[in-house]
Amino acid sequence: MMLTGAQILVKVLLEQGVDTVFGYPGGAVLYIYDELYKNSDSIVHYTTCHEQGACHAADGYARATGKTGVVFATSGPGATNLVTGIANAYLDSVPLVAITGNVSTDLLGRDSFQEVDITGITMPITKHNYLVKDVSVLADTLREAFHLAQSGRPGPVLVDIPKDVQIGSAEYEPPSNNVSSKKAPQVNEDMLNQAALLISKAKRPYIYCGGGVVGAHASEELMRLADKVDAPIGLSIMGLSTVPYSHPRFLGMVGMHGRYGATKALYECDLLIAVGVRFSDRATGNKSEFTKDRKVIQIDIDPAEINKNIDVTTALIGDTKTILQALNSTIETYSHPEWMERIRYIKEHPDNSLEMDPRALTPQSIIEGACVKNGKNVVCTDVGQHQMWTTQYYRFTKPRTFITSGGLGTMGFGMGAAVGASIGRGNARTLLFTSDGSFHMNMNELATAVSNKLPIVIVMLDNNALGMVRQWQKLFFDGRYSQTSLERQTDYVKLAEAFGAAGFYAETVEEYGQCLEKAYQCDGPALIHCRIDNDMRVLPMIPPGGSINDIILK
Amino acid sequence: MQSQQFIVSLLVNNHSGVLTRVSSLFSRRAFNIDSLTVGTTNDPKISRMTIVSWGDDRMKDQISKQLQKLQDVHKVQLMDSEKIVVRELMLVKVRLEKGMLPELMEAVNTYRANVVDLSTSSMSIEITGETPKLNAFLEFISQYSIIEMARTGPTAIGRNTYCLKDDDDPINDEEN
Repeated sequence: MMLTGAQILVKVLLEQGVDTVFGYPGGAVLYIYDELYKNSDSIVHYTTCHEQGACHAADGYARATGKTGVVFATSGPGATNLVTGIANAYLDSVPLVAITGNVSTDLLGRDSFQEVDITGITMPITKHNYLVKDVSVLADTLREAFHLAQSGRPGPVLVDIPKDVQIGSAEYEPPSNNVSSKKAPQVNEDMLNQAALLISKAKRPYIYCGGGVVGAHASEELMRLADKVDAPIGLSIMGLSTVPYSHPRFLGMVGMHGRYGATKALYECDLLIAVGVRFSDRATGNKSEFTKDRKVIQIDIDPAEINKNIDVTTALIGDTKTILQALNSTIETYSHPEWMERIRYIKEHPDNSLEMDPRALTPQSIIEGACVKNGKNVVCTDVGQHQMWTTQYYRFTKPRTFITSGGLGTMGFGMGAAVGASIGRGNARTLLFTSDGSFHMNMNELATAVSNKLPIVIVMLDNNALGMVRQWQKLFFDGRYSQTSLERQTDYVKLAEAFGAAGFYAETVEEYGQCLEKAYQCDGPALIHCRIDNDMRVLPMIPPGGSINDIILK
Repeated sequence: MQSQQFIVSLLVNNHSGVLTRVSSLFSRRAFNIDSLTVGTTNDPKISRMTIVSWGDDRMKDQISKQLQKLQDVHKVQLMDSEKIVVRELMLVKVRLEKGMLPELMEAVNTYRANVVDLSTSSMSIEITGETPKLNAFLEFISQYSIIEMARTGPTAIGRNTYCLKDDDDPINDEEN
């Protein structure tokens, strides 16, 4: 059947089971949008306020559902506006397919109106990208793009489609199952036995897990491993929510703003079993201290992660779930009562406490309060102090319920991500923690939430400053607060109302409780503006490049 | 860890943009690159690249693994310097003055180079070999006036059974 490029694109989306896309129309994607219009009963397109928001929404959608997020943008500025969103998905290994229009192939390279080399621009932040110059290869290119985005270590893939390729026609043939891809490595028996041997010799094992466990849907296997090995579990930011907060082995997040107990216990272990983590500098601090006096087993789907940031003793490469299953059936069940006693001691140690004044409206009371109301719904964050406080105080219960910009640290990620997450779960109630700094970056997407009546509760921690940078200025720059005092005069309640959302304001714990009640009764988005103290710091903190010995507790 | 120079050979898709992807990876990952040569192979769909790089063992390992992840890269091999033949080509044009010709010809013959162009005022010499030989020739020829020169950078091939194509090569698999 002869179809145009735009028709082929929609056909392939349907083949791939795509029913939800995000994007923003424009001159170079008119033909694609015309086909989306004709197929609006099978594919729902959500128009955001800005392409960056669309990209974060597709990202949030992918994280909340486990499916591949799809985002559309026009050529030129539409495409460049996606860049931060694509980089964000790349650093957090989120499956995403970005489809951009471009000027016709005969106009490429001539600085035509709204022309940019988006494949060149996104080369270092995509798993792969394509500029499709021939409509006859469009279908297979798109299929390969979807396959790549979700296979192996997931990530973003961009397909740039010039206008004449959208218009031109080609024979459309259904998929042939012949998508070329790199082979997933098989579990190596020798390595498996080596790992089992290390586990059998360990006296103080510790499991450190991250986003790779979420991606592989391997939480159950991970907790089983912890039980068999008799080890506590510390998590990277991307790993939070894989293990419930209430789980007896849960220690919390490791690293710069991690829990004292999680980092302290890691530094005391003799065997570190790292699962789906990439040893970011924010997690490890001083890398040689991090691995000194302990063996390390690393489990990851990406061979390039092995020995990238730290040297490991043994590596198991492949699908995390498969490896954990194999490991669980290989090893015996161990018991380390002394080590567990030590873990209990560390957990109950006063230094592991994060208690703030319960009478004041603090990050703790704000986050814990909203957590109770939010239950098993998704929680998203922006980036900065409020994000770290969320990692500390929020009681995660289920995988894929915590959506945050871990690797890129994108301020302005939250609003778009919350829109995508809510849509991904059938317009479900979603909680977003944000701050005055982050919210001002991409608050426009509040309009998207209103247009689509998404029940998103936005809890804004307003300290009238760029708190995280301010904290560093206080600690490392003698309190010279260069450009971090915001002095915004924004009336957030009026602002929310002007957007068509509900707005509430809280200064005390009581007021906040009432605001939460009202916000959780709203059918559409509701914003709660919470005033917090300007000098609140996220503690504990291990300064960059430091170790547990450098931890700042007070 | 000690830094050392090494050669990486790649089989890649013969598409536009593949060279950019490979060189962009080197810049993004802060890998070092001394030279890069590329040309098509007997299979017109496949090009072969020879990259001379340097770094410690960690970087060597990362270069190989990160290149492997590129969709357009079929095969990556860190070449074992004991098992390969390395060649580089250099063209150098020197100013010719009265009485210099016999001396230059002697140098050309000693180094088993070739004269590829001769005029009343200049001589162009082609020389191939391993990099140290080219450097030595260049040093010798520097006593004359060099007008211009061009080097290709080394390219390499394994001896005997040491090949870039092997059984678990994805290219061969696709054909099966």
